[in-house]
Amino acid sequence: MIIEGNIIKIAGPVILADGMRGTQMHEMVKVGDSQLVGEIIELEGDTATIQVYEETAGIKPGEKVESTGGPLSVELGPGIMGAIFDGIQRPLEKIKEQSGDFIARGVQVPSIDKEKKWTFKSVVSVGDKVLGGDVLGEVNETSAVVHKILVPPAISGTVKSIATGDHTVLDDIAEIETEEGTIEKVQMLQIWPVRKARPYVKKLDPDVPLVTGQRAQDTFFPIAKGGAAAIPGPFGSGKTVTQQQLAKWADADIVVYIGCGERGNEMTEVLTEFPFLDDPKTGNPIMDRTILIANTSNMPVAAREACVYTGITIAEYFRDQGYDVALMADSTSRWAEAMREISGRLEEMPGEEGYPAYLASRLAQFYERAGRVHTIGSEPKEASISVVGAVSPPGGDLSEPVTQNTLRICKVFWALDASLADKRHFPSINWLQSYSLYVDSIQNWWKETVGDDWRDNRDEAMVLLQEESELQEIVQLVGPDALPDSQQVTLQTARMLREDFLQQNAFDDVDTYCPPDKQAEMLRTILLFNKEAKNAVVNGGDIKKIDALSVKDEIARMKYIPTKEFDAKVKDIKAKIVDQMAGV
Amino acid sequence: MNTDIKTKEYTTVTEVSGPLMIVEGVEGVAYNEIVEIETPAGEHRTGQVLEVKEDIAVVQVFEGTSDLNTKNTKTRFTGETAKIGVSKEMMGRIFNGTGKPIDGGPEIIPEKELDINGNPMNPTSREYPAEFIQTGISTIDGMNTLVRGQKLPIFSGSGLPHNELAAQIARQAQVIGDDTEFAVIFAAMGITHEEANFFMNEFEKTGALEKVTVFMNLADDPAIERILTPKMALTTAEYFAFDLGMHVLVILTDLTNYCEALREISAARDEVPGRRGYPGYMYTDLAGIYERAGRIQGKDGSITQMPILVMPQDDITHPIPDLTGYITEGQIVLSRDLYRKGIYPPIDVLPSLSRLMGGGIGEGKTRPDHSGVSDQLYSAYAEGRDLRDLVAVVGEEALTERDQAFLKFSEEFEKRFVTQSKDENRSIEETLDLGWDLFRILPRNELKRVKDEFVEEHLKE
Repeated sequence: MIIEGNIIKIAGPVILADGMRGTQMHEMVKVGDSQLVGEIIELEGDTATIQVYEETAGIKPGEKVESTGGPLSVELGPGIMGAIFDGIQRPLEKIKEQSGDFIARGVQVPSIDKEKKWTFKSVVSVGDKVLGGDVLGEVNETSAVVHKILVPPAISGTVKSIATGDHTVLDDIAEIETEEGTIEKVQMLQIWPVRKARPYVKKLDPDVPLVTGQRAQDTFFPIAKGGAAAIPGPFGSGKTVTQQQLAKWADADIVVYIGCGERGNEMTEVLTEFPFLDDPKTGNPIMDRTILIANTSNMPVAAREACVYTGITIAEYFRDQGYDVALMADSTSRWAEAMREISGRLEEMPGEEGYPAYLASRLAQFYERAGRVHTIGSEPKEASISVVGAVSPPGGDLSEPVTQNTLRICKVFWALDASLADKRHFPSINWLQSYSLYVDSIQNWWKETVGDDWRDNRDEAMVLLQEESELQEIVQLVGPDALPDSQQVTLQTARMLREDFLQQNAFDDVDTYCPPDKQAEMLRTILLFNKEAKNAVVNGGDIKKIDALSVKDEIARMKYIPTKEFDAKVKDIKAKIVDQMAGV
Repeated sequence: MNTDIKTKEYTTVTEVSGPLMIVEGVEGVAYNEIVEIETPAGEHRTGQVLEVKEDIAVVQVFEGTSDLNTKNTKTRFTGETAKIGVSKEMMGRIFNGTGKPIDGGPEIIPEKELDINGNPMNPTSREYPAEFIQTGISTIDGMNTLVRGQKLPIFSGSGLPHNELAAQIARQAQVIGDDTEFAVIFAAMGITHEEANFFMNEFEKTGALEKVTVFMNLADDPAIERILTPKMALTTAEYFAFDLGMHVLVILTDLTNYCEALREISAARDEVPGRRGYPGYMYTDLAGIYERAGRIQGKDGSITQMPILVMPQDDITHPIPDLTGYITEGQIVLSRDLYRKGIYPPIDVLPSLSRLMGGGIGEGKTRPDHSGVSDQLYSAYAEGRDLRDLVAVVGEEALTERDQAFLKFSEEFEKRFVTQSKDENRSIEETLDLGWDLFRILPRNELKRVKDEFVEEHLKE
């Protein structure tokens, strides 16, 4: 039943309509003569408050508002991979076909192609018993992704018929007889409301790292598969490059990248670059496993509020297929600001800095949709969603509400530092402020993969960096020469750690991705230098000579050695360290 | 559309407060539509609908609300959102902040009427900006490269020579190997007559006046009018760039005044304020200006933006520069310390940044060693600057030889690389060679940011 009301008030993206009794909270509506997409966010008697996902200029009181009967939802099925959507899942390519280079209002395009035929390969037979979440069949969607077609969560029973061959997403591909004896027809297309988390059986402990190939993250502040990380940093500190590096190199099966209120050119950069980059594991173009959601800063603000939910719902859909999904949200501050703007227009009582009082709970709800889980179905699959959220604190001030509320939830904190960025120390992750609470839970993985010394080496390096910061304070007062030799060695090693290990060049073909083995070996080499140099000064070695050793240059260039040649060359460097130390 | 409404005149203004007036008993009024106002004295003004609730409209009046009354002020709702008529003939002309010619020339006969708010550019239509613009200024070309289609603001402080710098860039900017000149659109928001005259004289001196389109809202013009000025300018820019295929450089000055006007309206409407009283939607509003820079696939033209903003108290964390920095593709920061040392242009490279530099430099664009040279200059200068604090405490003698070299480098860098005269137009080769020249001060094994092959090539004796 369609309910029709009338607009009585317009204030920016928020409108008020009366005659709306019978509509539901969060129901999607069509607003005005140009049929703009909106969502009900408040109901009072006959009056509904609606946030509109498109520009409202030119709308008049008296125009109609039509209910659609359902909440704001996304369409899930083959055709979703490699696409770029706006905040309410309209494909930007299709919008371009309709409205040209600029996005006009009221464009109506289907989220996924309903005409295209996909080759469906069934994996169940007639008579099989299936539960919600079980795989019915597969579609080879892109070179990188096998799209698994699942039984919708609410359906279970016996397979009565199963199709095979070429079908559109709307064709019936299976009939399932439920225990009550009704026949449910299943299509490849599923529709799911964005504000409702998809179900899973249980959450698992995060004990596998999400390997990103970034040394500062992997070795010092690792994120686990299913974990949540926050990257706060002022503008220019490299949030976006860090996010893009993770989107490129993280060992996830699927990447959902949400550009929330950010620059248009950044999305264009991803669109032009990703198709030509290959996944280090599979060799397929990384665009084939990536879904982009773009609500650039000049697109309607209400859609910014929705885009984060659109993204995480798509991520959950792929998690349910058994994949490890990484979701990047850049930036959650813009999302929070969108909430603030809508809240202000609703004349709600503001909380801290004008943000609505429900900011903390909304942030928590979002990050809690991350996790490593057993999916629903007869045979639970292990799958995960890892979330990395960029935060853009005003003026770089980390005490502001969005950063603080995010830190309360996230277990990993990568603090980007403007002063490091000014020195072109990238990634500008501050090693003293950042932390990861996953180090303990994932250390076994690292020990098995790269060797038992991983945890000790990491901790030793952290201590050296910590010591350096204390020593620096003394150096500021009395100059470096006043320090005892062993402490001067600490300064030298810490400098190496900072410049030759933590700094990583995202724009260098080799250094952009550093595999775990290489990370561990680089760290071993630097710590070997530290050990040998400390021994040398104890035995009367000259600190000036140690400083001038030629092997230091080779250590500095270690990161640029291609993986294939690395083992041989690093052996050589280690030998030289021992050798040259003997001569001081 | 009902034509009655368009011609219907209301005299039902019930409240005038700050820049706003409230009209009651209206019918069929659309959100954001333009209102024509006749004051009791017969003067004509323009306004825009900010909010409608049933038969009540809140209107913001661009030319100020003085002389309006609640008795016989006449309002007419036009049914149109704010539009500007654009044409090729606009080039070389001067308009006021609301787009009316003020140079004594004839009215523009529009070829097209465009909504000044524009529509967001579809990210899939954008072409990633990658064409190097040589500004002739070493700190920009060498270390914070500007490319066609970028938005790169100048963050300045009161009394710093940002106008001189902007004028120099407008004068010298060129794309190597492409002699099409930039069409300049200059939008002034709340600047003084003196500043405006400076720019006009500059344009005149170089004979660029017929390539310049000016939108002028001066300090004594109504503040609310400023809300329209950048949008008028950018709508014209979009027409020039994407309809006529021109490369347009848009200079917007001063965004701080624009934001003050936004705050004024917000306060008049009793909105919940964000930081320092600026409205919570200021980010979105500024994005609506800055994001209108760019290039489009398959189209010849481009819009490059150079907004100027004066940071209140030189504070880069103030909401205006802060929100700007989050939207623009980098920033050029002017420093009072450098200016006091007598350095022009006083560009502090450390907090400055060009995010699109990577795509515009390197082999085939500038020179293969460009990115290495830039990185090396940055890290060496940063290190030298850090050492200055140390020297202040322990004296220069206490430094190691290595550190002394870095200290010297930072001094020479400011003297030779940053400093240049107001009409000095350095080619990119000259800029990079100057960088190599400075590297000679440093121990050779400290040149870690540049590839060995380039060190060999450029530092042989």
